[in-house]
Amino acid sequence: MTPTNESPSDKEARRHFLEIFLGTGIIASLLSFLYPVIRYLIPPPQTDLGSNTVLAAKVGELSVNSGKIFRFGDKPAILILTSGDKYVAFTAVCTHLGCTVQYRPDLREIWCPCHNGKYNLQGRNISGPPPKPLAEFTVNVKGADIYVSRTAAS
Amino acid sequence: MSPGAQIRNWLDDRFGWDDLIAFLKHKTVPLHRYSYWYYLGGITLFLFSLQVVTGILLLLYYRPTPSDAFESVQYIMTQARFGWLIRSIHSWGANLMIFTAFAHMFSVAFLKSYRKPRELTWLSGMVLLFLVLGFGFSGYLLPWNTLAFFATTVGTSLVGQVPLVGHWLLIFLRGGQDVTGATLGRFFAFHVALLPGLATAFILVHLVLIQRFGMSVPPRVEPEWKAKPPEQREIRFFPNFLLRELMGWYLALGVLGSLAALKPWELGTKADPFASAPAGIKPEWYFMFMFETLKLLPAKMWFMTGESLGVIAFGIAALLWTLLPFFDHERQGRSGRWAAGVVVFALAYVVALTAYGYMVMAK
Amino acid sequence: MEGKRQTRMGRTGWTGLLFSFALCLMFASPAHAQTTQNSCLDCHSRLDPPLQVKAEVFARSIHAQKGLSCVSCHGGDPTTDDMARAMSPAAGFKGPISRKQIPALCASCHSNAAYMRGFDPSLRTDEFSQYQTSVHGQLLAKGDTKVAVCTDCHGLHDIRAPSDPQSSVYPLNVAKTCATCHANAAYMKPYKIPTDQYASYTASVHYEDLTVKGDLSAPTCVTCHGSHGAAPPGVTSVVNVCSTCHIFQAELFDKSPHKQAFASMGLPGCVVCHSNHRIVEPTDAFIGTGKGAVCVNCHTRGDPGYIAAARIHQGLTELTVSIQRSDNILSEAESSGVEVGSALLELNDARDDLMKARVSVHNFSVAPVEKNIQAGLAVTQKTYKAGVAALAERDYRRKGLGIALIVILAVVIGFGLLIKKVESRNRQETQK
Repeated sequence: MTPTNESPSDKEARRHFLEIFLGTGIIASLLSFLYPVIRYLIPPPQTDLGSNTVLAAKVGELSVNSGKIFRFGDKPAILILTSGDKYVAFTAVCTHLGCTVQYRPDLREIWCPCHNGKYNLQGRNISGPPPKPLAEFTVNVKGADIYVSRTAAS
Repeated sequence: MSPGAQIRNWLDDRFGWDDLIAFLKHKTVPLHRYSYWYYLGGITLFLFSLQVVTGILLLLYYRPTPSDAFESVQYIMTQARFGWLIRSIHSWGANLMIFTAFAHMFSVAFLKSYRKPRELTWLSGMVLLFLVLGFGFSGYLLPWNTLAFFATTVGTSLVGQVPLVGHWLLIFLRGGQDVTGATLGRFFAFHVALLPGLATAFILVHLVLIQRFGMSVPPRVEPEWKAKPPEQREIRFFPNFLLRELMGWYLALGVLGSLAALKPWELGTKADPFASAPAGIKPEWYFMFMFETLKLLPAKMWFMTGESLGVIAFGIAALLWTLLPFFDHERQGRSGRWAAGVVVFALAYVVALTAYGYMVMAK
Repeated sequence: MEGKRQTRMGRTGWTGLLFSFALCLMFASPAHAQTTQNSCLDCHSRLDPPLQVKAEVFARSIHAQKGLSCVSCHGGDPTTDDMARAMSPAAGFKGPISRKQIPALCASCHSNAAYMRGFDPSLRTDEFSQYQTSVHGQLLAKGDTKVAVCTDCHGLHDIRAPSDPQSSVYPLNVAKTCATCHANAAYMKPYKIPTDQYASYTASVHYEDLTVKGDLSAPTCVTCHGSHGAAPPGVTSVVNVCSTCHIFQAELFDKSPHKQAFASMGLPGCVVCHSNHRIVEPTDAFIGTGKGAVCVNCHTRGDPGYIAAARIHQGLTELTVSIQRSDNILSEAESSGVEVGSALLELNDARDDLMKARVSVHNFSVAPVEKNIQAGLAVTQKTYKAGVAALAERDYRRKGLGIALIVILAVVIGFGLLIKKVESRNRQETQK
């Protein structure tokens, strides 16, 4: 490389600029790597309880003889506080054609609004087109939290 | 005394710092037409460290049981912040690393860097290659999706074709007769504990040997290299070569990040052991050439199955390839040309059958 | 010619005695020693059809299991091997039982509530009276013996309980049993009714529910026609029959303009659109004015029904397409790694609304269907927005990547420049 006509001070300035440029770049790139990693390390708000258990509701959220639809995995599920003050939970996917069922306090039964299918509070299909009962889930109340998990069979 | 000098002194008294720095300062790398190939080893090492870092991060959320593995990867991809990035970097990085490992091996084979005194470096490198393939095979099962499940079933059943010990190997790998949660547990242990431990040890051996003997000059350019004036024969490792190496590493990181963000690694569907295998199960690309060879062999050859013979043939080929330095040891002469021919054939074979495998799938 | 008279009886007698002796030897085998004395089966199991009754076949029947035997229906004396004595009227032998006599014979037990109580108190005892109201029973009373009697459906000596999967009247087997006559064109010729019911039924969704999905409560022939009182429902009763399961649709139909219209024209309700035996899964193409639509069988272009049908079909299509659009965009976002699980779940509500819209088609007016469609569209609009937001999140991530890439590229360039500088300095130093 032929010698340039730069004065020594220019060379110094250029060299410093390059070092600052490179140094900033490296620090910036390291930050851009560090930022996702640190965000990743912080657990997200929705704790991963595993695919078999879900926090369905809080105690007191349901009044007696009422039901609540909640999300279990990628399917809807239903939690019912029966008139006998007991919690029961089932899948909310109707076994007929997959509509989402609901709880009917007037009938004290689980009812599907699509084709009038009915299930009793044991999940058994008692009327209408559904060919099979609703799969039942296990309910555990821990403190103020109501957890619903798959039973060993379901 | 400046603070920097004080720290250096402290370290030197307890660590031999000055000797280390002197060594690094004097380390040089030969400069010739093929010097660019020297970077492949470093890039492979860089990608490996990246795999370790992203792997440890994934370990924070991954659960190695059939009921949770798929869901935990789904969680990482959709719930954990930047989980999609970490996981995709890990998956893409694995493929990139295996590619650079193969490229590094073939470049060393072509440039005959395995010759005396570097035979042990080649041997440790071959062990590392097998470990890397083991990483790939064990890691592929961990997301527990359909493709992984059946690829593992096929892969382990081929291992079972090894004569004499095949059946026991199969049972050992699968943790039973079939691929089950036991297999997942084992592969997880291999992937995060056994293989990393072995790889670390062999990487250290490999690196120490490289530092001990320096970079080799390929025989084919030795005459012209020797003809250069001495000061033009080498470049300094620090900072010249290192800067270039860092540049390469950053480029690799850029490529990896782009791949991860533009084409996140897919989840697939959860594995169902009782479903039948979907059509067109194929292994990952780095096993494709072996898979295609076995498919092309006839079902029965002499007294054993085609697959058994294929597996034995590959075993023997791998052994001979590993012992390549001991066949090609003359400075000049026929064995050198023979070895070169074998290397060309091996590369052509691998490339041709991999391509063939994908063309067949595309039909 | 005295003394050496050989009577005719002698030779026949010796033969007969020898024969009987041989028979006794045969029957003195240990296997036979176990069975209760049933000379009927002893002989009849060795005969050829039509007199053949295999012992193991009868043993499997429900009558045998309840302790009944041949004499319970046929009379006679099972204790003797003497054919003449065993089958004598004096022993109560009824002789061959004609087809016309069969129902009354079965009813002699099965309509006797007190008697049946001793076997199974929950069994009905009105089958015979029902049978007498049926087409089969009425034709039989007029002397037609080609029609079905009890044994044609239930079997003869191998009758099993209807809940036994091998019974000819087990729900899965009923249609085939009816088809033995009703699908036989030659046999049914004198009656001038169609014989394609079985073929049509096996193509229906009811048959599929029964055989493929295993839902034993799915309708088979007897569900709509009755079993013992079998008869076609009749035009005015069709809706009632269908509505035993399809309550919603029947209620809506009753309030719809079609009810009066069909009644005045003597058309059989549900069957007009859905057919009676070949009831297939109704797709959205069923309703409307296009190919495969049933509405244009009656309605002509421009009349209010035609317009309503077109509008309803349009609504259903619109919602189907909208659901698919939302699903596509959400799947795309999901495969890019953005979490859209709750939106995907909410999309199910739109699918429910589409399902309800299809039921409310039986209003046969636009407004109720529109209500369901609009509810569904509201959901799909919301989920589509969520999909768009998810894709925006993905693009935001890509932008973040772009920035990181720029930084990386800057560093790479920086390294390159530094290398150049360092090496030019080296060269200058060596040149000095």
